[in-house]
Amino acid sequence: MLIAGRAGHLALAALALALACMPLFASPYYIGFASSALVAALFALSLQLLVGGGGMVSLGHAAFFGVGAYAVWWLTSASPTAIVATLAAAAFAGGIAALGVGALALRTKGFFFLMTTLAFGQMLFFVFHDTKLGGGADGVFITRPDFGMFGLVWDIPRRQRPAVLLWLNLGMLVAMYAGIAVLFRTLFGRALLGIRANEHRMRALGMPTHWYKLAAFTLAGALAGIAGHQWAMTEAFVSPELLGWHRSALALLAIVLGGAGWLHGPIIGALAFAALGEAAGLVTERQHLVEGAVILLVVLAFPRGLGALRR
Amino acid sequence: MTDTAALLTRRTLAGLAAAAAFAGTVRAQGKGTPLRVGLMLPYSGTFAQLGENITTAFELHLAERGGQLGGRPVTIIKLDDQSDPAAAPQNVNRLLARDKADVLVGTVHSGVVMALVQAAREKGVPLIIPNAGNVAAARELCSESVFRTSFSNWQPAYGMGLALAKTGVKKAAWITWDYAAGKESGEGFRDGLKAGGAELTQLLTLPFPETNFQPLLAQVPGLGVQAVGAFFAGGGAVQFVRDYAAAGLRDKFPLCGSGFLTEGTLAAQGAAAEGIRTALHYADGLDNPRNIAFRKAFREKAGRDADVYAVQGYDAAQLLAVGVDAVKGDMDADKQLFAAMRAARIDSPRGAFTLSAGHNPIQNIYLREAKSGENRMIGIAAEALADPGTGCKLT
Amino acid sequence: MTAAALLVQILNGLQYGLLLFLISSGLTLIFGVLGVINLAHGSLFMVGAYVTFMVANAGFGLWLAIPLALIGGTALGVLLERFLFRRFYHRAHLDQVLLTFALILLFEEGRSAIAGNDFHSVAIPAFLDVPVPIAAGFAYSAYRLAVLAACLVVAMLMFATIERTRAGAAIRAAAEKPEMVDLLGMDARRVHMLVFGAGTALAMLGGALAAPLYSVYPNMGDGFLIVSFVVVVVGGLGSVAGAFWAALLVGLVDTLSKVFMPVGAGAAIYVLMAAVLLWRPAGLFAAARA
Repeated sequence: MLIAGRAGHLALAALALALACMPLFASPYYIGFASSALVAALFALSLQLLVGGGGMVSLGHAAFFGVGAYAVWWLTSASPTAIVATLAAAAFAGGIAALGVGALALRTKGFFFLMTTLAFGQMLFFVFHDTKLGGGADGVFITRPDFGMFGLVWDIPRRQRPAVLLWLNLGMLVAMYAGIAVLFRTLFGRALLGIRANEHRMRALGMPTHWYKLAAFTLAGALAGIAGHQWAMTEAFVSPELLGWHRSALALLAIVLGGAGWLHGPIIGALAFAALGEAAGLVTERQHLVEGAVILLVVLAFPRGLGALRR
Repeated sequence: MTDTAALLTRRTLAGLAAAAAFAGTVRAQGKGTPLRVGLMLPYSGTFAQLGENITTAFELHLAERGGQLGGRPVTIIKLDDQSDPAAAPQNVNRLLARDKADVLVGTVHSGVVMALVQAAREKGVPLIIPNAGNVAAARELCSESVFRTSFSNWQPAYGMGLALAKTGVKKAAWITWDYAAGKESGEGFRDGLKAGGAELTQLLTLPFPETNFQPLLAQVPGLGVQAVGAFFAGGGAVQFVRDYAAAGLRDKFPLCGSGFLTEGTLAAQGAAAEGIRTALHYADGLDNPRNIAFRKAFREKAGRDADVYAVQGYDAAQLLAVGVDAVKGDMDADKQLFAAMRAARIDSPRGAFTLSAGHNPIQNIYLREAKSGENRMIGIAAEALADPGTGCKLT
Repeated sequence: MTAAALLVQILNGLQYGLLLFLISSGLTLIFGVLGVINLAHGSLFMVGAYVTFMVANAGFGLWLAIPLALIGGTALGVLLERFLFRRFYHRAHLDQVLLTFALILLFEEGRSAIAGNDFHSVAIPAFLDVPVPIAAGFAYSAYRLAVLAACLVVAMLMFATIERTRAGAAIRAAAEKPEMVDLLGMDARRVHMLVFGAGTALAMLGGALAAPLYSVYPNMGDGFLIVSFVVVVVGGLGSVAGAFWAALLVGLVDTLSKVFMPVGAGAAIYVLMAAVLLWRPAGLFAAARA
C-alpha cells in the first residue's frame, strides 16, 4: 500500500483545514453533513487496514462498526459517561467481536473468507436485531457521552455542538490516518504487506502469518469500533442497520473509488461518495440508481479509482 | 424572506436547535409569511401507499380551509423517509435545519418516528404523528410538543382481546412479528383478554418482515387455545391469512386480530379472510355524515377510496389547524399552541375524539368482520378507549 | 410436541432447504466454473419472483411464469456473462464485489421503477390451493408439496446432466482443469455462458416457485442470498452435491430451531456454519471434489 508523499500530504492537510473551517461559513445542515461523511471516511479507513494492508476483503466489517456504536449505548443508558470511557469501550468491543469472527473466518481464504465474514456479520446483525443486547429492532436514541476527563466536564452549548462534533470527527480521522501510516513503517506493518504480496513465501520464511492476519483483523475491528463510536456521537442514535453488510460494501466502494492502492484512498472515496449521494438526492428520487451507475462506471472504466485520474 | 436574511439567521445562530426554534420567530413577525409544514413520510418502499394517502388527506383539509392556517398561507415540504430508521436523524435534520420547517408531521414506520419524537422533545418543535403507534410516544416519551391522531398499538389489540373474551373464549394465543408494534399489540391483546376474564397463554413471534409462517402455524393445534389473534400488516398480513387458511386451522381456531390484519388487504386475501374479526378505530361503512362527506371528497381528489391512513392524515391537519388558529399563526406562542391542541375536540370521520394526557386519541375501537371485501362494523369492541399512558407525567 | 407436528415441521424444513438449493447451486456452480462471486444472485431470485407476480397480475398463472423464468433467466444470464462478467474473471475480488453490488442496486431500482415498492402476494394456482391432510389435526398445503417435488426433480435433472452428458463433462472439466475443455473439443467461452445462464435460470426458477409462498417485496433477495452463502460455505465452494445436502441441513436447522428455541433462532444457522468452519474449513463436501 502506498502512502502519499509530501505534495499529497500538503493536499490532504489543505482538505482537512477547509473542513475545519466549515463552521465559519457553512450552515448547520452542511456541518452536520460533513460530520457524517467523516464518520464514513473513518470507517472506510479502518477497512483499508485489512484490504490494502493484508489483502483481506471483508464484507462483515460493518458489524464491528455497529458493535462500537452500541457500546456507547450500553454505557450511557445507565448513567452519564465520559467520552474517554465510551471511546475505549467502543474500541474494545469492536476488537473483541473482530477477534471472535476473525479466529473462525481466517481459517478460510479469498471468496470463502468474503462469504464467511458476510455471514458472520449478518449473524451479529440478527443478534442486535432480535435480542435485548440491541434494545429493539427499531434502534434506540442515546445520550451523548460527556466531553470530560478526570471528573471535569466541558459543557458545550447546544448551538456549538455541530462544530465541535465536526472537529472531533476530523481529529479522529487525522489521528487514525497517522496511526496507520506509522504502523506500516513498523515490522508488523511490513509483514502484513508481505503477506498480501505472497503469503506462501512469508510462511516459508517462518512467519506466523495466521497470527499476523488475526492481529490485523482485530485491530481493524477496534478501529471500526472507534468509527462506530463517532457515529453514535454524531447521530445520537443507533440501530441494527449499522451492522448490515451494505455498509461494508459501501466502504469497499470508498476504497476503490479513492484508489485502492493508497492509504488515503478511502478518505477521498468516502467524502466523494457522500457528496455524490447528496447531489444525486437533490436531483432525483432514485439515489440508488445514480450510485449503482457510478459504481459500475468506476469498476468498468477507472479500476484504479479517482487516484488514477490524477496520474 | 431574502437570501441575505436567511444567511444571517444561519450565521448568528449556528446551532441546529437554535435554527429550528428561531425559524419560527423570524417568520411570525410578518403575518403573511408562509407556515412551513414538513411532512416526513414514506413515499417509496413498502409503506409508500400509506404515505400518499396521509399526504393527500392532509392536503385535502388544507384546501378546505383555502390553503391557510391562522391567517398564514401554508407551504408543504415533503421528505421521503423511505422507512429507514438509520437515515431518520439525518432526514429530520434536513427538514429542520435545511428546509426550516415550523411544524413536523410524520410518520408511518415506528422506528423512524422515534427520530421525530426525539427532535420534537429536544427542540420543542410541534410534531403530529399521523400513524406510527409506538406506545412510548404516549407513555414514557410523551411530551408537550408531541401529538398523535392515529392510535397506540395497544388500543386496537386491547379492544380485540376484550371482544374475544366476551364471546366466551378462555385461552388464546397471539402471533406477530418480533418488533415493537407486534409486541406492544400483544400486550394490548393480553390486557384486553384479562379485562374480559380470559388469558393469553402463548406469544409466538418471527423476525420482521419474514413471511415463513409455517413453523409457527404447525404449533397452533398443540397449544390448547380456543382462538388465535395476530398482528401483521400489508403483504405480511395477506400471506399470513392465506397460510392460516391453507393449513386448515381456520375452522378449529378462529383467527382475529388488530385491524391491520385485514386493512387494505382484503382483495388479495380473498376467501381466506372471509369472516375474520378484527378491531380498529375505523371501519368500512361508518354511517356518520362526516365520514360520508370525507370519503366523497377524498375520492374526488385522489381517484381512489379513503382508508384509515387517510383519516389519520386528515385529522392531523384538523388538529394542526386548531392549534395554529388559536395562536393566530404566531408559532412563537408555543405554550398556547400546545394547550389548544391538547384541548381540541376533533370531528373525525371515525367519530369525534379528544386527546388523553399523553396526547393520544381517546376513541372508539370498532369490532369489524371481513365480508365480501369490506371490513363491516358489527359492534363496538371498546368505547372511548384511552391508552393507559403509563409513565407519562403530563396532565 | 406430537410426532405429527414434528413431521410437519420436518416437511417445512425440507421444502425451505430445497428452495435454498435452487439458489445456492447456481451460486456454487458459477463460482466453481467461472471463479466469480455473484452478490447479485439474490437479485436474480428477486427478479424471478417479480416476474411471477407480474405474470399473475396480467391474468396468467404459474404455468406461464415458470417457463418464462427459465427462458428469461437463461437469456439474462447469458447477456450478463457476455457483456459484464467476462471482463471480470481475472480482476481482483474487490472489483467483482463492487460490480455485483452495483448490479444489486440497479436491479432493485429497476424493480422499483417497473413494479413499485409494495409488498405483493401472489396467488397459488387454484388446483394446488387445497390443504392435504397429512397428520391428525394438521393439513399441509398441496402447493408446498408440489414445490418440494419440483425442486427434487430439478435437483435430479442437474445431477444427471452434470454426471451423464457431454455438457456436464465439459462443466466438470472447466471446474477442475480448464485446459481440459479444449481437449474435449468444446469452446470454453460457450461453457461459461452456459453455466452462467443455467445458474441464473435456477435462481429465477427459485424466485418463481417462492413467490406464492413468501410474497414479493423489495430487497427480498438479500435474505436468501446470505442464507445461500451459508449453504455454500457449509457444503463446500463449487460442489453441487455439497450444496444439496447443505441446503437440506440448513433448511432443517433453521426451521427446527425456530420451533424448539424461538429466542435467537435467527442465529442458529450461523452457529452451524461456525461449527463446520472449525471442523472442516473447506466445507463438508470439499473432499469429494478434490
